[in-house]
Amino acid sequence: MKTIAELNALRDEMQSQMGIRHDKEAHGRIVVAMGTCGIAAGAREVVGAFADALDENKLYDIALIQTGCMGICQYEPVAEVFLPNQEKVTYVRLTPDKARRIVAEHLAGGTPVAEYTISAAK
Amino acid sequence: MYRSTVLICGGTGCTSSGSEKIVAAMKNELARVGLEKEVRVIKTGCFGLCALGPIMVVYPEGAFYARMTEDHVKEVVEEHLLKGRIVKHLLYSETVEGDTVKSLDETPFYGKQNRVALRNCGVIDPENIKEYIARDGYQALAKVLTSMTPDDVIQVMTDSGLRGRGGAGFPTGRKWMFAKANEADQKYVCCNADEGDPGAFMDRSILEGDPHVVLEGMTIAGYCIGASQGYIYVRAEYPIAVKRLQIAIRQAREMGLLGKNIFGSGFDFDIDLRLGAGAFVCGEETALMTSIEGHRGEPRPRPPFPALKGLFGKPTILNNVETWANVPRIILNGAGWFASMGTEKSKGTKVFALGGKIHNTGLVEIPMGTTMREIVEEIGGGIPGGKAFKAAQTGGPSGGCIAANNLDVPIDYDNLIAAGSMMGSGGLIVMDEDTCMVDIAKFFLEFTVDESCGKCTPCRIGTKRLYEILDRITKGEGTLEDLDRIEELANYLKSNALCALGQTAPNPVLSTLRNFRDEYIAHIVEKRCPAGVCKSLVHYEILPDKCKGCTLCAKNCPVGAITGNVKQPHVIDIKACIKCGACIEKCRFGAIVKK
Repeated sequence: MKTIAELNALRDEMQSQMGIRHDKEAHGRIVVAMGTCGIAAGAREVVGAFADALDENKLYDIALIQTGCMGICQYEPVAEVFLPNQEKVTYVRLTPDKARRIVAEHLAGGTPVAEYTISAAK
Repeated sequence: MYRSTVLICGGTGCTSSGSEKIVAAMKNELARVGLEKEVRVIKTGCFGLCALGPIMVVYPEGAFYARMTEDHVKEVVEEHLLKGRIVKHLLYSETVEGDTVKSLDETPFYGKQNRVALRNCGVIDPENIKEYIARDGYQALAKVLTSMTPDDVIQVMTDSGLRGRGGAGFPTGRKWMFAKANEADQKYVCCNADEGDPGAFMDRSILEGDPHVVLEGMTIAGYCIGASQGYIYVRAEYPIAVKRLQIAIRQAREMGLLGKNIFGSGFDFDIDLRLGAGAFVCGEETALMTSIEGHRGEPRPRPPFPALKGLFGKPTILNNVETWANVPRIILNGAGWFASMGTEKSKGTKVFALGGKIHNTGLVEIPMGTTMREIVEEIGGGIPGGKAFKAAQTGGPSGGCIAANNLDVPIDYDNLIAAGSMMGSGGLIVMDEDTCMVDIAKFFLEFTVDESCGKCTPCRIGTKRLYEILDRITKGEGTLEDLDRIEELANYLKSNALCALGQTAPNPVLSTLRNFRDEYIAHIVEKRCPAGVCKSLVHYEILPDKCKGCTLCAKNCPVGAITGNVKQPHVIDIKACIKCGACIEKCRFGAIVKK
């Protein structure tokens, strides 16, 4: 290592791999329902897709959290997205493709994907 | 990408309570349920709350699990990591409020802390240089080598107001300036990691949790004064710290962050370890350097100061581990940032090892100017058993006791000296009403008698004579003239001993004599130990009206000193009694008292 540029490149690369290590570092979170109903409907694949998409979009400060059944089993897989100063958005009947689009448009872009939300499904 | 990170404390405290086994169990369990690609397990340095170890923190939730055991691992994996349900009954209780889990920053222990030197402890894997780099590691060194002159750096250190964290509080910038100004073909940079105060483990925790920060700080200093070689003098009794330092040095060399032509600047610097054999006096700077040179660890007179004639007779700067840990942060965040914390003459933060009669034993880093009351009552969680605070000992065998009337004094170098103690390296031992202050003074003096190197007469003989006077007093054989003798001898020691070990050895005696003179007098005049500690001055008695004659005390007395018939009040034979206290512990009726 001979230059600051090399050091910075390594730092940036490593930051992506460190994950969140402090409460204050999370700037938003995706909460995926992982009850039996969710897992049966494919929530595990959805979590994997969220993780990969966050990585691709370099969104290292978004926490990806699992939780239990949210009580709307007919809509599984379900995930909630929380961003600072935004209302919670609940996405339903997710697939890995939908998850990737949510990350790109909502978490990276700032605009919720209206057609995947629970209000659109009703 | 890993979805979750499990941080398990690999500091000495948690390691000794079994954290290695938890790491292994966690990895096995994750593999069993197929989460090993989603959840990463990292062994970190100290989190600070050693009283509740082994500690394990799961992110991104920030769930703080305390007193983990191997048996708990399965539950955490299946419930928390697989199903996303935090296992509340295993969490640190201060973070649970009803159904909600609070952030660590909202707990009394962490809320008042400001982690600068401990910034990476409990956050990164200390055995992986890349994690340090991810947290802006070696950025300060890069900045210094590519865009600052040595004078610029020294100016920043001076402006920051950083003072030596080893105890004496000498301004770091000025120390570096002297070493730079002295011309020589070879200069050295040393790190004092010979932490020897009883109950102190600040430096150990930094070395175990964030070894690279010390290497980076030393390299910056090497550039400032024109040194090409550094030495870390670390106790051999710190095996985990030694191992992590060895790994850190190897990794830094591999990456070119130590060695020749660092960052293409033409500046060469390397660091080696020297292991200390555990002599307390080797924490004194001249003795430390004598020991590195391969001689018997004994101090020598100053001047000449190390900045002029130090290691191998060359200009040398020697700073303590915690001082080094502050250096890269100051370079990156600026002198103004550092100087904005603390009091007028003591800037920044200080790490304390909190121990003794206190709930939250552990490591805390607080801004200078925090009061002792905040440390003891809020961060420390108060004194167990509803006992009253009596004194706080700071500065180890060189320091003194802060009494209750000084609880609200803001802690900094100068205020502690004014209160009759000193900052020292950061050991802080809390004592309650059951502590005898004469006995405590005797304890510390016994330590200095043992650790005196014997080179100078005042220390070798003076500490021994002081100890003998105290021993007499605790046996009820002291006289009031002894108090005058203590003061005379103590002042003689202070002004005549060769090094700081001897000069400061009387401090525990003088400060207790000043703050708790009535206890000394009770020992001498009334032949009584008010705290009931000094064995020669207490005797045990059974209160006949409370004794039910259950015979439990008599059965448990190791020397058969208790006699009596069943259902009749028992009696202790004072001559046979060895005052072990076994009977008091066993008595269910509170019928046995110390007098």
